[in-house]
Amino acid sequence: MPQTLYDKLWQSHVVRTEADGTALLYIDRHLVHEVTSPQAFEGLKIAGRKPWRISSIVATADHNTPTDHWERGIEDPVSRQQVETLDANIREVGALAYFPFKDARQGIVHVVGPENGATLPGMTVVCGDSHTSTHGAFACLAHGIGTSEVEHVLATQCLLQKKMKSMLVRVDGKVGAGVTAKDIVLAIIGRIGTAGGTGYAIEFGGAAIRALSMEGRMTVCNMAIEAGARVGFVAVDDTTIDYLKGRSFSPTGEAWDRAVAHWRTLVSDAGAKFDAVVEIDAATIRPQVTWGTSPEMVVPVDGSVPAPEDFADPVKREGVTRALQYMGLTPRTPISEIAVDQVFIGSCTNSRIEDLREAAAVAKGRTKAVSVRRVLVVPGSGLVKQQAEAEGLDRIFVSAGFEWREPGCSMCLAMNADRLEPGERCASTSNRNFEGRQGNGGRTHLVSPAMAAAAAISGHFTDVRKFPRVS
Amino acid sequence: MRAFTQLDGLVAPLDRANVDTDAIIPKQFLKSIKRSGFGPNAFDEWRYLDRGEPGMDNSRRPANPDFVLNQARYQGASILLTRDNFGCGSSREHAPWALEDYGFRALVGTSFADIFYNNSFKNGLLPIKLPPAEIDALFAQVAATPGYRLKIDLAAQIVTRPDGKVLGFDVDPFRKECLLNGWDDIGLTLRHADEIKAFEAKRRIEQPWLFA
Ligand code: SF4
Repeated sequence: MPQTLYDKLWQSHVVRTEADGTALLYIDRHLVHEVTSPQAFEGLKIAGRKPWRISSIVATADHNTPTDHWERGIEDPVSRQQVETLDANIREVGALAYFPFKDARQGIVHVVGPENGATLPGMTVVCGDSHTSTHGAFACLAHGIGTSEVEHVLATQCLLQKKMKSMLVRVDGKVGAGVTAKDIVLAIIGRIGTAGGTGYAIEFGGAAIRALSMEGRMTVCNMAIEAGARVGFVAVDDTTIDYLKGRSFSPTGEAWDRAVAHWRTLVSDAGAKFDAVVEIDAATIRPQVTWGTSPEMVVPVDGSVPAPEDFADPVKREGVTRALQYMGLTPRTPISEIAVDQVFIGSCTNSRIEDLREAAAVAKGRTKAVSVRRVLVVPGSGLVKQQAEAEGLDRIFVSAGFEWREPGCSMCLAMNADRLEPGERCASTSNRNFEGRQGNGGRTHLVSPAMAAAAAISGHFTDVRKFPRVS
Repeated sequence: MRAFTQLDGLVAPLDRANVDTDAIIPKQFLKSIKRSGFGPNAFDEWRYLDRGEPGMDNSRRPANPDFVLNQARYQGASILLTRDNFGCGSSREHAPWALEDYGFRALVGTSFADIFYNNSFKNGLLPIKLPPAEIDALFAQVAATPGYRLKIDLAAQIVTRPDGKVLGFDVDPFRKECLLNGWDDIGLTLRHADEIKAFEAKRRIEQPWLFA
């Protein structure tokens, strides 16, 4: 019987299955960061247990680390304690690789894994972080897990799971100029809603997904969780294999050839059945901007803010009313008339080299609007930062009046000093626009890197397709 | 883990869809390296009028009188009535820790986000899914009846309303068993250590590059 990619990934990791279908799933890669691991390491120690396979662990500190003045260390004592706890735990337990604060390869865990070749096709990848779905771009079964499960994986190298239903989101055709992976995924979430993928594993396919680079595919899979799905993935093709060649932890020599032969099988067979199929025509996707406090509250940049009466369902209508109030927006306001106070270019969704190139192409030869208080550009990792500097992107940003920072999660969730003030409005390339996400009372609009840069220059949202480029 | 068998508890309603984990426990409290003590900061941004930071004396902070859980009639509630997609957003287990520490033992709603749902079971917090029409009826009854309580029986998989109506619910047999007995997942899994070792050894031969 033809199998989906999900069937293949699932089957190849089942150690045993209980009568009710609960399976013990073997975990190949365990990514660890400072926020969701301390209680797990502590639990392990209290129970007198040892980690099962240290060489599966790749760790880094990212959520709490500052993005400037590294010479001062971590000034917030509570954040520092959390990062030092990770240092101590890894020192005691060991790991395949650890990229601590200030290491040249430190960065956001979901940027660091793939760029070092620590995420390989066909793996199960887990991390105490919901955006672990990012790694699905490499045809991995990649789950976010809670801290109890972090402890469970440390102790047993397995996870208790039930098989999910499968969904194919097929984006056919070709996107227009100025439309990026971020716009594709926001459009998908706008269509199926933030609970649309709940209970499903989503495979992203179709010509528009195949045409994306690995960076773009990571952006799409990253936000599977915003569509309600724990996992999202893309089948292996030449783009996947080309990306992996020569990375630190990628296989070499004869092992590489064997691996590639296996990876080529990681696709859904022709005629495989999915429980649900969603089809989207790429040509209809325009640059997207969220207007509310949930990623599904999204419209094209040439649209306008909706009104509560546009929604028939009373619970939805109530949600829209509350979101408008929180966001300080009036119904029917054209998106292009919304002014921003800050701009954030970064996060595990959009902080890779390609994202920075897209933002720099818009910022080149221009300066930020005076009304914009601050524009933060935060590379996803030390390696991304190095590459960007080698290409001179940092100079483009700095001459545009943007701030060029050290890598980390930064204003994606404002656990460090980078945050919005109450009432401030931000064009952000991150993945969540929840109330208070970027700082108490802060207002977040999710956009692509190019759209964020254009908003920084104009002072308000602007259709990047019409934005003049300086060559 | 604390076992869950039966509960007769006061119900508090939270009438919003898509309540995310950032709302359940804001990120500044995630800096703790402990598992307990999150209850006073559950729903912090809705519950207090000032901005909460770790280490504050929460008993002295100004409470938001408009927030439903602050109403006198819902004090001591152990069952939270919720709407669609409760617990969406991040994987932070701090969300069920906060709810449990607050005093909730069960959640009753139409749907829960996957990771949150899973995390709840691991912390002795029972999430119960009921059809939208039943949830609508419960919201109406709770609003109309001060002191409204529900009885939950996990073994029988039923919720009983004060008027005697019985609502059945589904739960995975494996999760149910663990919760009824308060079993620790890790201990259970380690009983299969030999199978895991055998699986791993085979994998090492077939795909050695995964074990570099
Ligand atoms: S960048 Fe944001 S979403 Fe990504 S791991 Fe960091 S905090 Fe989470």
